[in-house]
Amino acid sequence: MTRARRDAWFFIGAGILILYSVFLLYPLISLLAKSLIDGSGNVSWANFHKFFSRRYYYGAVINSLKVTAAVTVLSVAAAIPLAYIMNAVKIRFAGAVQILILISMVSPPFIGAYSWILLAGRNGVVTNFFKSAFGLKLPDIYGFGGIALVLTLQMIPLVFMYVSGALKNVDSSIFEAAESLGCGNVRKVTAILVPMIMPTILASGLLVFMRALADFGTPMLLGEGFRTVPALIYNEFMGEVSTDKGFAAAICVMVVIFATTVFIAQQYVSHRKSFQTSALNPIEPQKARGARNILAHLYVYTYVVLAMAPQCYVVYTSFLNTSGRLFVKGYSLESYRVAFSKIGNSITNTIFLAAVSLVIIVIIAILTAYITVRRRGTVASVLNITTMFPYIVPGSALGIALLLTFNKPPVLLSGTAAIMILSFVIRRLAYTVRSTAALLQQVSVSTEEAAISLGASQMKTFFRVTLPALLPGVFSGAVLTWITILTELSTSILLFVATTRTMTVAIYTEVLRGNYGTAAALSTVLSMITIASLLIFYKLTGNKEITM
Amino acid sequence: MSVAISIRGAVKRFGGVTVIPGISAEIEDGEFFTLLGPSGCGKTTLLRMIAGFNSIEGGTVSFNGNVVNDLDPGKRNIGMVFQNYAVFPHMSVAKNIAFGLENRRVPKDEIARRVDEIMRVVQIEAFRDRLPSQLSGGQQQRVALARAIVINPDVLLMDEPLSNLDAKLRVEMRNAIKEIQNKVHITTIYVTHDQEEAMAVSDRIAVLKGGEIQHVGRPQAIYQRPANLFVSTFIGRTNVFECELEGDALTLCGSVFKLTELDAGRLPPGRARVRASIRPEEFFITDGDGVRAVIDDSIFLGLNTHYFASLADGSRVEIVQESTIEEILKPGAEICLGVKQQKINVFDESGGLSLMKGVLGGDAG
Repeated sequence: MTRARRDAWFFIGAGILILYSVFLLYPLISLLAKSLIDGSGNVSWANFHKFFSRRYYYGAVINSLKVTAAVTVLSVAAAIPLAYIMNAVKIRFAGAVQILILISMVSPPFIGAYSWILLAGRNGVVTNFFKSAFGLKLPDIYGFGGIALVLTLQMIPLVFMYVSGALKNVDSSIFEAAESLGCGNVRKVTAILVPMIMPTILASGLLVFMRALADFGTPMLLGEGFRTVPALIYNEFMGEVSTDKGFAAAICVMVVIFATTVFIAQQYVSHRKSFQTSALNPIEPQKARGARNILAHLYVYTYVVLAMAPQCYVVYTSFLNTSGRLFVKGYSLESYRVAFSKIGNSITNTIFLAAVSLVIIVIIAILTAYITVRRRGTVASVLNITTMFPYIVPGSALGIALLLTFNKPPVLLSGTAAIMILSFVIRRLAYTVRSTAALLQQVSVSTEEAAISLGASQMKTFFRVTLPALLPGVFSGAVLTWITILTELSTSILLFVATTRTMTVAIYTEVLRGNYGTAAALSTVLSMITIASLLIFYKLTGNKEITM
Repeated sequence: MSVAISIRGAVKRFGGVTVIPGISAEIEDGEFFTLLGPSGCGKTTLLRMIAGFNSIEGGTVSFNGNVVNDLDPGKRNIGMVFQNYAVFPHMSVAKNIAFGLENRRVPKDEIARRVDEIMRVVQIEAFRDRLPSQLSGGQQQRVALARAIVINPDVLLMDEPLSNLDAKLRVEMRNAIKEIQNKVHITTIYVTHDQEEAMAVSDRIAVLKGGEIQHVGRPQAIYQRPANLFVSTFIGRTNVFECELEGDALTLCGSVFKLTELDAGRLPPGRARVRASIRPEEFFITDGDGVRAVIDDSIFLGLNTHYFASLADGSRVEIVQESTIEEILKPGAEICLGVKQQKINVFDESGGLSLMKGVLGGDAG
C-alpha cells in the first residue's frame, strides 16, 4: 500500500498522534514553559542562570556525565567479549549461565546497589572479613567508583542480549574466510566482528547511556557526597527543606537537551555504519583447548559471580534474625512477617499497574508500529518521530513534566493510578514500538498483498494475516516490558502516593530507613515474582529468546 | 471470466524518478503473456501497476475496456503469485487456499468443494492440513498458485514465481504452470528474468529494458527475428560482427554472403556499415568456402560441443556443433566456417533497428 488514503488506518494513526500530543508533547512543552518562569512569575532565564552559577548544581551534571560515560564504555567493553565467548566457545553449564545473565538483567538496579552495600559497604561482610583477617582496607564502594561498578554490572546483560542477537546473524563463513586469509583470533574480533555488529553496539550503547543517565536508585544509595542529576531533580522537586518547581523544570530541560544531543549523535553515526547481514550458517560454539578454554570459562564465571553474589546475599540476609536494624545470629522468617505487615497492598498495586500498562502498551505499540512501517504520508512520518521522544526524556524528567501538567482540573491526575500507568506506558512504549516495528519488517509485505489481492479488507488483512505473524514476537517483548515496569523506580518515586505505592518504592523506603532485613525480604519477593514471570513465559511459549 | 488487458501509455514515477516513461501493450483474453527483462527494467513495477499495488501516474490500464487505474487491488479480481510465495505461515494449506473464497462470502460447502478440486489440479491434496513450514519450496509455490486460481480471477499475475526454486524443480514447476494455465485458461501475466523460462511458458513475450518495451512477439519470432541488437543479445547467445552491407551482399571478414530475408524498404543506400548477429548454432564447419578461423578452445557438453575460435581480423566467435563421434577439434586447428544464411540477423549501425523482413509480422502472435 503505497498510497496514504483516509481509511481506517489514517484515523487510527491520527488518534494515536492526539494521545501522544496530549500526554507527551503537551507536558514537555509545559515543562519548558515552567522552566522559563522565575520565582516571581516573570519570564526569564533566571532558573538557568541559577543552574550555571553554582557548582553544587552544574557539578551534578558533570558527575552524571562522568558516571554515564564510564558505565557505557565499561559495560560495552565487558559485554562484547562475554557475548562472543558464549556464542563461539563451548562453556560448561552455558544454559544455566544464560538464565543467570537474564535474571541479573531483570533485577531492579537499586537492589544491586543495596546488596553491594551489604557486601562491601562500611559494615559489609567482605569489608569486615578483609579487615579482620588481613587488616586490609578495601576501596570504598561509595561514590563514583561504586556507582560505576554497580551500574556497569547491571548494564552488561543488556548489551550482552543485543550483541548476542547480532552475532546470531553473522555467518560463520565470514570468520572462516578471515581465518583462511591468515587472520588471528584477536584480530578476528577487532577487525571483522566488531565493525560488522557496530550498529548493534551503538544502539545498545545508547540504551545503556539513557538508562544510566536516568537511574535514580543507585546514586541515591551509593552516592553519598557524589550527587547526580536524577537525585538533584528529586531533591529540588520533592525536597523537605525548600522546593523550587521552576528550577527543577529547568534542570529537566537541561537533561533532555543533553540526552537529545547524544541521541542525535548516535543516530548520525549508526546510520553511516549499517550492514545487511543474514546467516545461513550461524556461529556454533566450538570446544576450545588449553589456556583459551580456561580464560573463556574464567571470564564468564567471574561475571556471573560478580552479578549474582550480591543478589544471593540479599536473599540470604532476608532469612536472618534482626534486632532493630542489625542482623544478628540465627535464622527466622521474622523479616518476611514484618515486610508483609508493612507492605500493605503494594504487591497488588504493582501487579495491577504493570498489567494495565502492559495491555495499553502492547495495543498502541502494534498499531503504531504498523503505521510507521507499512504506511506513507504525514501522519506516519510525524508518528515515527514522536514515538522516539520517550527515548530522550529520562524518567525523572517525564515524572515532573506529568506532575506539573496534570496537577489541576480539568485533568487532575497527580496522586492517581492513572498518572503512574501513563508514565509507565510512555516510558516503555518507545521500546515496544521499536521492537514491534523490527518484527513487522520481518513479515513480508507480499503476504499482506496476497491477502488484499484475494479480496480481504485492510482491517481483515491486519487481524488475520499480520497480527498472527507478529504475536509470538510481541509476546516475548511483552515479558521484558512487564518485568521492567515491575522493577521501575525513578518515575514511581516521584508519582506515588500512599494508595499507589509499588514494591520498588517500598523497598527503597525500607533501605533508606535502614530496615535492611525488611528490605531484603521485600527484594526477595520481588525477585521471585520476576523470575516466576520469566519461567511462566518459557513454559507457555517454549521460547528461549527474549526481545528487547 | 477471463479478460483482455489493455495498457495505454502507462507511466510510473517514484518521487522524481520516472521508472516507466510510458508503456503500451495489448494482452488478449486467455493469453499467457510474459514480461521479460534484466533486473531493474521495470517488469515487476508494471506487473504491480496492473495488480494495483503500485499507483499509475499517467495513461491507463483497463480490463475488458474498463479503466482500473483507481480500483483497489482487492476489487480487481486478480490472482497473484509472489516471488517468495507469500503463503500465510500460520494457516494450513487448505485454509490458505480457502482465504480468498471466504472473503467473497462463498458458501461453506462450495468452498470445501472448490478447495478440494484445486488441490487436485495442482497436486497438493496430500498436504491439506500441513502448515507451510512443513512444505518444500515447490509445494509452497503450488499452494500459492492454487490460492490465486481458486477464486476464478479475471487475470493471474505471477511475479518471478520460480526464482526461489532449484534448477530441476524450476523446470518441473514451469511445465506444471503451463499445463494448469492451459486447463483453466485465465489471462496470465508472468514476470521473469529467465529467457528460457519465458520461452517455455509464454504465448507471447514482451522484452523490456529501461522501462520500455523493446519487442513483443511469439517466442520463436523473438529468438529468430529480434527487433534490435539488445533483444538479440539478451535472448540466447549470439556473436555480433561489424560488417559492410551493399544491396543484399553482406561482407563479413572478407567473405561475402548473399542475404534473402532483408527488408528492402529499410536498407541504407549504397555501401553501409551494419551489425550482424549470428548465433553459435548458425555456424557450421565446412570444407568448402567460408570464413577462415582458428580454434582456441572447446567445451564438450554432451548433446553439443562449443568451440571458441578467432577470425583473421582477431574477432572471437562462439560456435555450437552437435557432438559427433569423431575427435573434438584441438586448439590451433584451422577451420572454415559456413553460415545458415537465412538465420542471420542484420541491424543498422546503432543496433537499434533490424533490417530483416518479418520482424513486425511476428507481433501478431
